[in-house]
Amino acid sequence: MADPANPDPAPPQRDWASALGSSPVPQPAGAGGPAPRPQLYEARKAVHNKRIDGPFRRFKWLVMIVTLAIYYITPWLRWDRGPYAPDQAVLIDIEHRRFYMFDIEIWPHEFYFVAGLLIMAGIGLFLVTSAVGRAWCGYACPQTVWTDLFQHVDRFIDGDRNARMRLDKAPWTASKIARRSVKWTIYLAISMATGGAWILYFADAPTLFREFFTGQAAFVAYATVGVLTFTTFWLGGFMREQVCIYMCPWPRIQAAMLDEKSLIVTYKDWRGEPRGSLKKAERAPDKFGDCVDCNMCVAVCPTGIDIREGQQIGCITCGLCIDACDRVMKEVGRPRGLIDYATLEQCEAEAAGAAPTPAWKALLRFRTLLYLGVWSAIGAGLLFALGTRTRTELTVSPDRNPPFMLMKDGAVRNAYTLRLRNMQARPRDMEVALVGLPQGAVMWTENVNMDAAAPAQVVVVPANETRIVRAYVTIPAGSRADSFSFRLTSLAEDRETDLAATTFTTPGEP
Amino acid sequence: MSSPDNKRIDEPTGTELVGHEWDGIEELNTPLPRWWLWTFYATIAIAAVYVVLYPAWPLLKDATAGTLGWTSRGELAKDMRAAEARRQVQFDRIAAMDIEDLPKDEELWKAAIAGGSAAFKVNCVQCHGAGAAGSVGYPNLNDNDWLWGGTLTEISYSITHGIRWTEAAETRVNYMPAFGEILSKPEVNALTKHVLSLSGKAKPNARGATLYGENCAACHGPAGAGDPAQGAPALNDAIWLFGGSEAQVRSQIIAPRHGVMPAWQARLDPVTIKMLAAYVHSRGGGEAPAAPAPAPAADAEPAVASAAKAENDG
Repeated sequence: MADPANPDPAPPQRDWASALGSSPVPQPAGAGGPAPRPQLYEARKAVHNKRIDGPFRRFKWLVMIVTLAIYYITPWLRWDRGPYAPDQAVLIDIEHRRFYMFDIEIWPHEFYFVAGLLIMAGIGLFLVTSAVGRAWCGYACPQTVWTDLFQHVDRFIDGDRNARMRLDKAPWTASKIARRSVKWTIYLAISMATGGAWILYFADAPTLFREFFTGQAAFVAYATVGVLTFTTFWLGGFMREQVCIYMCPWPRIQAAMLDEKSLIVTYKDWRGEPRGSLKKAERAPDKFGDCVDCNMCVAVCPTGIDIREGQQIGCITCGLCIDACDRVMKEVGRPRGLIDYATLEQCEAEAAGAAPTPAWKALLRFRTLLYLGVWSAIGAGLLFALGTRTRTELTVSPDRNPPFMLMKDGAVRNAYTLRLRNMQARPRDMEVALVGLPQGAVMWTENVNMDAAAPAQVVVVPANETRIVRAYVTIPAGSRADSFSFRLTSLAEDRETDLAATTFTTPGEP
Repeated sequence: MSSPDNKRIDEPTGTELVGHEWDGIEELNTPLPRWWLWTFYATIAIAAVYVVLYPAWPLLKDATAGTLGWTSRGELAKDMRAAEARRQVQFDRIAAMDIEDLPKDEELWKAAIAGGSAAFKVNCVQCHGAGAAGSVGYPNLNDNDWLWGGTLTEISYSITHGIRWTEAAETRVNYMPAFGEILSKPEVNALTKHVLSLSGKAKPNARGATLYGENCAACHGPAGAGDPAQGAPALNDAIWLFGGSEAQVRSQIIAPRHGVMPAWQARLDPVTIKMLAAYVHSRGGGEAPAAPAPAPAADAEPAVASAAKAENDG
């Protein structure tokens, strides 16, 4: 019963080459036995990152606490919207096709707000990447946050790096089994809380919470929690950095978006190399660089890479190696920043002898400011649209079959399907009126008889609903009409109106 | 090319070589993660389980059934039963309700119109058209011209018993004599002109008026207003079932054509008929019931009818 993410490091050799149908290149005879077959599958090397403290670690703590708090607490926030709408502050009401976020309510036809937010998120990632490289990966990505959380659990239960490595190698004694059981139980609890919080965004949280534990919730709720519990447990507890390295497309996309002016976590090899221990450096002060080869940067890395090999796909730029190296440099009395956030350009200048540039100067460049401008413009546009939208809307679709017809008195009638949207959380009386039709034009609906025909009709539209009404419009015999509009007016004190243009078809048109 | 010592490393990439070589081009070894292999095996295991549980292997005529007995048809049937059960509540309420009260219950009225719309698309569009606008000889159900009356009660009676549907005892029936065998040609011409004059499409003429008074007014009314009680079309309006040109009107006087509609009670349940009536009534021409609802003219005697307007009856 090995740690599933850390399989037996020495699996039996298998003849993969022939299993895959290709024959290995024949070995020259008599060269001292067959050459070793290359390993086509690679076992994961467990990452036991050492505890470290420093500005970046503290920032990472902060981001983790804030993001997790937002995720777990948000569904429980209440927001009073009156008797006709849910009182959950953030609610994705799929059943009724509504999205509530505090004072904002989005209807399906207003999905452009969501599309706009997604575009902002996309450009936001460009912006962040061009400014501070893979900061998303390093601090805010859920995979990073939950991996970090699980690594803290590891440390809490099993001790720091060395203790964990020892325990990994130790035989399966009762004590190890107990430790593993406790640890995995905590994993499971975190995972269930994660999966459980997710569904609370899609229904009234207190109700669903009660139903969930009394077995009355919908099957889809249990299935969703089950799937998300499993993925959190597995991806956060065991797959960890392999998600970033093998599964996630984002690191590869980001690799294409970085340029020589992007901030990345860099080991300043011109300063550090050749590496040598303090003792060696004391003996031959001129022969060695600043790197004392203490391996702290490797020990603290949550993805287990060696930053001194250069920028690589496994580096999520969380900056923990910077914390570690700065601390060591301080202890040995050398300047900080052997590993630091820097751009390629800054590194080259520095290597050529220029003074180190403060990292923030890399932020002020055209590309970053352009992204910032576009991002802000979209945001401002969305806010403007949000501020000016009315909560009363009308759409019209004319009947095509029949396009028109005659009434007994020779009047021409067209029929229309009207959608009256009352996007306020209260029922409202609304007046539908004809605008731009000849004198004598009247309308009625499927809910009143023709003898109630009039130039305008009043319809009650329930709170937060679209009411579909069929409108029948006639113009007197002999008159002509072409384009006209329906005007919807809320009879509540807000007097919101909307105008919907349509056409009137009469006989004898081409 | 391969060497007896251990790993050979590709210089530029620092990657181990597999040992395969084609014309000097060698394959680098970038190992897959081992969990990927496990995932692959797991999918194979899942596939094996799936094959046992679900329909999987195609056979000559069908496929293996799977031990769960799951079928997509079964799923559909289940969904349909569930939908049926949900609808049944409204069906029961509609069945128990007098049809003239239906519009007062907004929710039921909406449900009835929706159900009637669906039934209309299956049973009625063949003659009355998808938009219920009819065509020559088939009444337009959208307008306010009703051959047999346009209240909910009258409409549902027409649907239930049909028009001139001899198999139904209570069907609505009337026949207009073929005046081509009764009147001379000039008389028919004069009468045609008079009929057209009722809606202002021709000049009045005395001979035609006399002939109309003697032969037509009994059913169509002195002014041509028609009589829904016996299914006599109005002749003084803009709507003509068999066409309003002089030739069409004349032809209808000489040898009238008569539309036939089946009695739907034989094929549809009473609730569906009520819903169909609601749908037709809601198309914009529906009439409110007269103060005391007129007795449906079920036993309408054969009556003279010429140019017909259409719809249902009363």
